[in-house]
Amino acid sequence: MSLSSSLISELQQICGENGVMTSEVDRQNYSYDAAVLEPTIPAAVIRPNSKESIGKVISLCNDSGTPVTVRGAGTNLSGGTIPNKNGIVLLTNRMNRIIELNETDMYVRVEPGVVTADLAAQVAAKGLFYPPDPGSQAVSTIGGNVAENAGGLRGFKYGVTKDYVMSVEFFDALGRKVTSGSKTVKCVTGYNLAGLMTASEGTLGVFSEITLKLIPPPAASKAMMAVYDSVEAATQTVAAIIADKIVPCTLEFLDNFTINAVEDFSNVGLPRDAKALLLIEVDGHPAQVAEDGERVEQICKKLGARAIQVARNEAEKDKVWEARRAALSALARLKPTLVLEDATVPRSKIPDMVDAVEKLAQKYDIPIGTFGHAGDGNLHPTLLTDRRDPAQWERVEHCVADLFDAALSLGGTLSGEHGIGIAKAGFMKNEVGQSSIDFSRTMKAAIDPNNILNPGKIIGQ
Amino acid sequence: MSELNKLAKSLKEIENQLTDCMKCGMCQAVCPVFKQTGDEGDVARGKIFLLERLAEEMLTDAKGAKTRIEKCLMCGTCAANCPSGVKILEIFLKARAALTEYIGLSPVKKLIFRGMLKHPERMDALVETASRFQNLGTSKAEPNQGTRCSKLLSGIIGNRHFLPLARTPFHKTVPALNIPAGRSGLKVAFFPGCVTDKMNPEIGEAVLKVFKHHGVGVFMPKGQACCGIPALASGERNTFDTLLAHNAALFAKEQFDYLITPCATCTATIKEIWPMMAEKDSIEKCRAKQWAPKTMDISQFLVDVLQVAPAQKSDAGSESIEFAGDTVTYHDPCHLAKSLKVKSQPRDLIRANAGCTFVEMAGADVCCGNGGSFNLQNYDLSKQIGMEKRQNILTSGARTVATSCPACMMQIRDVLSQNHDRVKVRHVIEIYADTIKC
Repeated sequence: MSLSSSLISELQQICGENGVMTSEVDRQNYSYDAAVLEPTIPAAVIRPNSKESIGKVISLCNDSGTPVTVRGAGTNLSGGTIPNKNGIVLLTNRMNRIIELNETDMYVRVEPGVVTADLAAQVAAKGLFYPPDPGSQAVSTIGGNVAENAGGLRGFKYGVTKDYVMSVEFFDALGRKVTSGSKTVKCVTGYNLAGLMTASEGTLGVFSEITLKLIPPPAASKAMMAVYDSVEAATQTVAAIIADKIVPCTLEFLDNFTINAVEDFSNVGLPRDAKALLLIEVDGHPAQVAEDGERVEQICKKLGARAIQVARNEAEKDKVWEARRAALSALARLKPTLVLEDATVPRSKIPDMVDAVEKLAQKYDIPIGTFGHAGDGNLHPTLLTDRRDPAQWERVEHCVADLFDAALSLGGTLSGEHGIGIAKAGFMKNEVGQSSIDFSRTMKAAIDPNNILNPGKIIGQ
Repeated sequence: MSELNKLAKSLKEIENQLTDCMKCGMCQAVCPVFKQTGDEGDVARGKIFLLERLAEEMLTDAKGAKTRIEKCLMCGTCAANCPSGVKILEIFLKARAALTEYIGLSPVKKLIFRGMLKHPERMDALVETASRFQNLGTSKAEPNQGTRCSKLLSGIIGNRHFLPLARTPFHKTVPALNIPAGRSGLKVAFFPGCVTDKMNPEIGEAVLKVFKHHGVGVFMPKGQACCGIPALASGERNTFDTLLAHNAALFAKEQFDYLITPCATCTATIKEIWPMMAEKDSIEKCRAKQWAPKTMDISQFLVDVLQVAPAQKSDAGSESIEFAGDTVTYHDPCHLAKSLKVKSQPRDLIRANAGCTFVEMAGADVCCGNGGSFNLQNYDLSKQIGMEKRQNILTSGARTVATSCPACMMQIRDVLSQNHDRVKVRHVIEIYADTIKC
């Protein structure tokens, strides 16, 4: 359960006395993340404050066979930051510097502990744009975003975290520094390890520096809300918008359950009887925004939107988005435990997925609110429950398993943006097959022979 | 383990509220303490987790947990921003009481709460004696702020710069009042609060001047005690109950339309904590519930009830004496802005003084770092947080910083004084009262 005193004192030499936490309360405080899973108490919590110290810590852990789980803000929704019993938690939040923000070549070099929203704000202050906006961006770190390949509301038009990773520097399981990628737009030098490291959930290495691509921000935007009497009409609208070669920056969906939860919570004046809401925003050059906005409005009307509310100014735009921003909070207040899923389907299959979710909610008698990113098929069926009730919790587990099956049968995937971690490791086989897991395990074993880097995550033990 | 079992049982009261926390971690974005330390144990999610573990008997170090739970400003910023609406302050107050019952009060706190605070008359007498001898152990720190510091007591109070105790506390100048409603047709109960009484009687005097001006009747019973929050924040429920019973008996003697205080913390305590924490089915609980809707901060009363509005700039400077030509910024006390959502009224009250110009500072609603006993137990951290406030005040260019909480004033005055800044620290009511001729 505990580390040897010689290892502790060596870690203290590397990270300083206050960079090593071993008290019971401190260890308890890093035993969980945002996933609804059992906590595991680590043997110690380490906070390195330099690149070199990361390498030294890993090397020590490798020599002593001590598991290492990297943690940024601990907002993981799949248990990827829940540590191992005899392992350490390696906290990155002391390393939160922006090393270089290059406006000419439009990139930013950061340490892994930089908070996403802080980075986005500093980039915006220089007149540039870092688009990925995961829901936890106010606290999440770039290291965590890259390790999970975090998504967000802007995924459909602007892509997700992986689309902005230009290069990475990390320490491997033996504590050796590895770099891959470049500050240049083009780079084919060696294996694309930056790609491999993205979404690797801390199982292949520990980031010490990340270079991210920046783009010019859109000059204008326009937001609107469309109200529908059927989910089909809403999703047909999504398909029609895309068929018309329009790429909205955000295209969000709320189902009837979520609409009512939001209305109960914040009284923003949503139509309670609506079966679906679409929240749509187009951005870009002002002329294009005007044209796209009008065309989207026409498409919504043509496909049966019973009402369309176009925001005429910033205040109205804010109001349009209030419904979406309030969705998770509104649902969270209904029941003690909230299980937020992110199974994703091809966007044309959204009606089938929403239908499947509704049927599962009935079958297992679990209230489920569904909202999410209609533009990229990434919905968030949100199960409302009380984990203290064993019978109910068992139904939730079955329901989630069926939900995954439903997504896979529609040609979708287990996880759009939350990662596999522990929560979904057991379901991986259903999507990718045993041989893909074997391939990953072989690779992991070669890279991390002592299996110290976040063991048990993604590919199981 | 049987002792821990007792603690676990007493935490059952809050177990349902603990479960509401979904561990999303969004509190990390707003917690002033976490901003400084980056330590999960300093943020609401971490503290709530520790309480869950204590309730489940999965954590043995209750003392360690108590230290963590107490390392909190109780500013309520996390609660105001919590996606799940977790009742964080209520959880922490109840948890502190349970932990203190289990572990006990420190000897110093025992002396302060049970020996002094609990007995208002003894407290007043002690403070009065102290005020006579305070110059002996202290020396002038910063003449612009009128602050003092103490080498002699540095072991206890560090290098704080503080205002001396008032020569004549407010309750000596005005022991009691019972004035019928004037032209406003309203009568209010007035609760000045400890800091106003003992350090800033000018705030109490400004309030009375304003009441008189607006024809507001005042009921101020003699012998008021502390609102109880310092005791409760330290988990000392017994002293809190005594103080509440004492005050409730005093205010029950008269009918009034509103209960007004010039202290954000007292307002929030009377309005929210009294009904929440008073003993079940007690007469105090019943009274506290009646008074809660009537309880208001002075600026909210003046703006929302008496319709005091920002002044026209045409008569700029004609009325104000002290603040003529001044630029004034405003610091939001957490207990007003976050607990009670009162933000615009104090600003309107400043704007009601046409002689000065209001400027908004960056991060106006960020906690100043005082947090009552937090400042005493974590002075370095408290000061670090306060220094960020100081920077924002200076950057605003204001010559006066106003706020609505005498406790915030202590903290802001300390950080400004430490740096020899000349920015004046005032209560908003002083700025408004300045426009009123006696």
